[in-house]
Amino acid sequence: MTATISSKAAPVRFEAVTKRFGKDVVAVDAINLHVEAGKLVTLLGPSGCGKTTTLRMIAGLEMASSGRILIGDRDVTKLPATDRDVSMVFQSYALFPHMSVLENVTYGLTFSGFGKAEARSRALAGLDLVGLKGFDARLPSELSGGQQQRVAVARALVLEPQVLLFDEPLSNLDAKLRRQVREDIRAIQQDLGLTVVYVTHDQEEALAVSDEIVVMRNAAIAQIGTPRQLYDTPNDRFVADFIGEANLIACQIVAVEGDMATIEIEGYRHSLPSRGMATGPGTIAVRPSRLLIGADRGIPATVAKATYVGVRMEYTLTGAFGQVFAVHDDVDAPLEPGAKITMSFADKGPVLLPE
Amino acid sequence: MSVETRGAPRPGPARGPHGGRVGADNPGGANPVLIFWIVTGWVGFCLLPWYMVEDGLWSFRWLVGGYPFDTDYAPGAFLIAQAEKLWLAPLLIPLALPLLVLRRPKSDPLYAKILILAGALGFGWLIAQGFGIGIRGFSYDWLRALFGEMDARQYGMGYGAMICATAFLFLLTQGIAARGAINGDVFVVSTIGGVIAIVTAFVFFPIAKMLFAAFVTEDGTYSLSVFFAKFFDDRLWGLGCLWGARCGAAWNSLFLAIAVGVITTALGLCFALVVTRSGFRFKRGLRALTVLPIITPPFVIGLALILLFGLSGSVTQFVADLFGIPPTRWLYGFPGVLIAQVLAFTPIAFLVLIGVVEGVSPSMEEAAQTLRANKWQTFRTVSLPLMRPGLANAFLLGFIESMADFGNPLVLGGNFDVLSTEIFFAIVGAQYDQGRAAVLAMVLLFFTLSAFYAQRAWLGKKSYTTVTGKGDAGVHPLMPVGLSVPVLTIALGWAAFTIIVYAMILYGSVVELWGVNNSLTFKHYVTAFSVRFEEAGIRWTGAAWDSFWTTITIAAIAAPLTAALGLVTAYLLTRQSFAGKNAFEFGTMLSFAIPGTVIGVSYILAFNVPPIEITGTGIILVISFIFRNMPVGVRAGIASMSQLDRSLDESSLTLGANSWQTFRRVILPLLRPAILAALVYSFVRAMTAISAVIFLVSAEYDMATSYIIGRVENNDYGLAIAYSTTLIFVMLAAVGILQLLVGRVRIGRRTQLVTETPV
Repeated sequence: MTATISSKAAPVRFEAVTKRFGKDVVAVDAINLHVEAGKLVTLLGPSGCGKTTTLRMIAGLEMASSGRILIGDRDVTKLPATDRDVSMVFQSYALFPHMSVLENVTYGLTFSGFGKAEARSRALAGLDLVGLKGFDARLPSELSGGQQQRVAVARALVLEPQVLLFDEPLSNLDAKLRRQVREDIRAIQQDLGLTVVYVTHDQEEALAVSDEIVVMRNAAIAQIGTPRQLYDTPNDRFVADFIGEANLIACQIVAVEGDMATIEIEGYRHSLPSRGMATGPGTIAVRPSRLLIGADRGIPATVAKATYVGVRMEYTLTGAFGQVFAVHDDVDAPLEPGAKITMSFADKGPVLLPE
Repeated sequence: MSVETRGAPRPGPARGPHGGRVGADNPGGANPVLIFWIVTGWVGFCLLPWYMVEDGLWSFRWLVGGYPFDTDYAPGAFLIAQAEKLWLAPLLIPLALPLLVLRRPKSDPLYAKILILAGALGFGWLIAQGFGIGIRGFSYDWLRALFGEMDARQYGMGYGAMICATAFLFLLTQGIAARGAINGDVFVVSTIGGVIAIVTAFVFFPIAKMLFAAFVTEDGTYSLSVFFAKFFDDRLWGLGCLWGARCGAAWNSLFLAIAVGVITTALGLCFALVVTRSGFRFKRGLRALTVLPIITPPFVIGLALILLFGLSGSVTQFVADLFGIPPTRWLYGFPGVLIAQVLAFTPIAFLVLIGVVEGVSPSMEEAAQTLRANKWQTFRTVSLPLMRPGLANAFLLGFIESMADFGNPLVLGGNFDVLSTEIFFAIVGAQYDQGRAAVLAMVLLFFTLSAFYAQRAWLGKKSYTTVTGKGDAGVHPLMPVGLSVPVLTIALGWAAFTIIVYAMILYGSVVELWGVNNSLTFKHYVTAFSVRFEEAGIRWTGAAWDSFWTTITIAAIAAPLTAALGLVTAYLLTRQSFAGKNAFEFGTMLSFAIPGTVIGVSYILAFNVPPIEITGTGIILVISFIFRNMPVGVRAGIASMSQLDRSLDESSLTLGANSWQTFRRVILPLLRPAILAALVYSFVRAMTAISAVIFLVSAEYDMATSYIIGRVENNDYGLAIAYSTTLIFVMLAAVGILQLLVGRVRIGRRTQLVTETPV
């Protein structure tokens, strides 16, 4: 008998959910959130922003102080973790050290009404899925970090939960493994159509795996969007700076026509979407790759620092506008520090921050 | 869903057959746990004898002795049907109430309300009528004034009443859980409720009864001045020893306890380090050796010390002959009691510390080493601080044990009065002064509780979690050389001393009459343990068999109950947060801080009258052992559990196990060392305890220790030591068997030495 793992993915909905610790520590402040079924949504933010608390409230390990939490169409606000159809992969993996790999993976199945044989075959299927066939008799201490991580994933997966939660699952892995494991997680999620909520503070990881990213700051949601939306059109300085690197430059909005605006910096003019801004002072965010160096027309700047990183050059430029960070693909003829250049913007890329 | 028939209330959320979890709201089917307790309540009321049957709990003679109509044996329902004990009739209401909510979902507010009402009403009424109506009708004058004289009487609660009370209690806790307390976790709420109820009944209630005695004047009224007169007694607080006279018993006890606590902790740490962090080849032997003293009745160590260092002891005589130093009585007093107590309690410190020392995650130590700390710095800055919970616990246990010890000061104390013996003499002596005993008990309690709080303050809020959810692949480093040499020297020196003391005990048991006729003989063993083989089977003709079997039985019953209660309590204290947790912890530790003498006396005062009338039975012995020894289980459990990362529990919960299943399948298996410690300790203590036992034994249930003390009082030292020696071997065997049964926890850590093979 071979078992296969399928999905019972369900959406998750937060309605004005607040979590207070003690009297006055607000960890999560009245957030609204909708995670669609079968999507991978990442909670991203600096430490202490409330993302892990949010995740633990989905799991039922923390109880919301107010508001409603729905999984599928069931109100689970008051349900403890045991009674929610959710499983979680812990940052520490939390493998039970006294049980073998197979026992760890079978653990949850025995509480879900499966017979011994069926639980075993499902667990083996789960281990197969994460590429750990033949490791079932090992103890967790006899596995490498990456293997332990995959056991933890298998243990959560085999329950076919409505929602699968990951709490910084890659933080204990080395960089190479990290890329591979995150691709594996994404592949399994897409193959099985799982609803996954994923917590990380690594923006690159978030961009790579997510259907949607929820950026959190100070117990509240700063912006929700697809990786592309967040990267290309951040709502504010915080998001712009947190997702990828962004150069924030003060400018003057000199004209607005329809949904396009024209800005001016030191005489250099550039046209970009207005995002509802009126004329007057403003701020633009420009990604380092969207800064062009050496055009005829532009803003005068000086190269302060030049770093060779293999695939490209990284420059720090200074000028009357302040200091910016730029990258350039031409590694064969690099600029020397102290060189005077003109700096301009790519046609697409710079974005006005509506503040 | 796997079906568990044994064990505590099991709140199982109903599950669909294939993984999907149907939540707690399942309107169709009634909650199986609720049904169980409702049925239990009715069984207790309608089927089982309501009152205590005279032949004891284990006798079933009542089944043929007129049950169910004879009023002595009748269940509550039959009593009411015969118009007897009509005050039991109101219990029918709370018994019937829960039937109303059988088909209601848990989330219905009425469900919680009705269960709380039924549980509180039933439990409250049961208690109230139990205290209100005793063997002489109404127990209180105001009740008599209110309702007039009562002809009827009632005896102690039996099966029926106890089971009914239990059912009411758990109906109440289910109601409270349904209201959303502790995330609606029935298992946790029920456990808290259960522990609170039994601790109240068997710790607070008897102690309160005893302490009230401190304010009673000779004519039976209450007075504060009586208390103060007894409290400011010079025999209690005198500081004469500073200028050569005698100190009060309070100061003596305090100095002694601090010294014993410090020395036993240090020695225990030495042993633990030698066993876990040294290349010493005879670790096994050392480990076994350290277990010896706790399997020894305390006064036996005292006797052996007298045989060695007393006025006519072997060492004293030898030294006198060799150096011409005249024999002195230096042993009797502080030095003797100190040595005996350190011998007796070092193994307890060792048992606590070994778990903690093994529990320090090797990767922490390896991390420190990679951070350029050398072995000594690693030990001092990482290993030792991580052992702080263990050190604090070991000191606390040594301190409290010393305060409560009774056997050694009795044998070796001389003019050195300590609180525990003073209490004993206040009650059994010519003075018979319950009030003085109660005041002394209060002082003792104050000291032990202060130590308890000092320990908590020292540990503070730091985290000592070292076993995380990740398998740990590290190896414990060896001790630095500068440390290992003195540690090994101390451990070996102490081990040698212990061996000598035990050799003396063994030798003393085969000597005709110590000091007078040193010829060897087995006659003491024959007197105690002779058997005759007859056609009808074996006849136990020896004098000691009766008390021996009683002791084994009672210890075997008490040990698993003690361990279970202790570990469940430890789980609640470390893993759950609820209102009044500190008070809860205080309550569970209280019985440990009270010396056995006080427990013994207070149990007699509290439990020789209804509603709980168990004086003279085996149950009172079992109960006294459970509550005397439970704190060790709690401490051992807390020390180990605080090293298990919470993410283990949490992942189990998110995998669909409820808190009971998590406790049983994740926490318990990882706690095997703590379980072993608790089982061994409570079994052994039940066999060797003397202080509480001496008040609680009866002709039918005589314990080994009180029998031995009786022999000692008759100057029959040979038999006493022979019996003690036998006990030591029996307990050794028991410890060995337990070690095999519980097995070693498989955390799969690599060990430093290949010779360490799992048992």
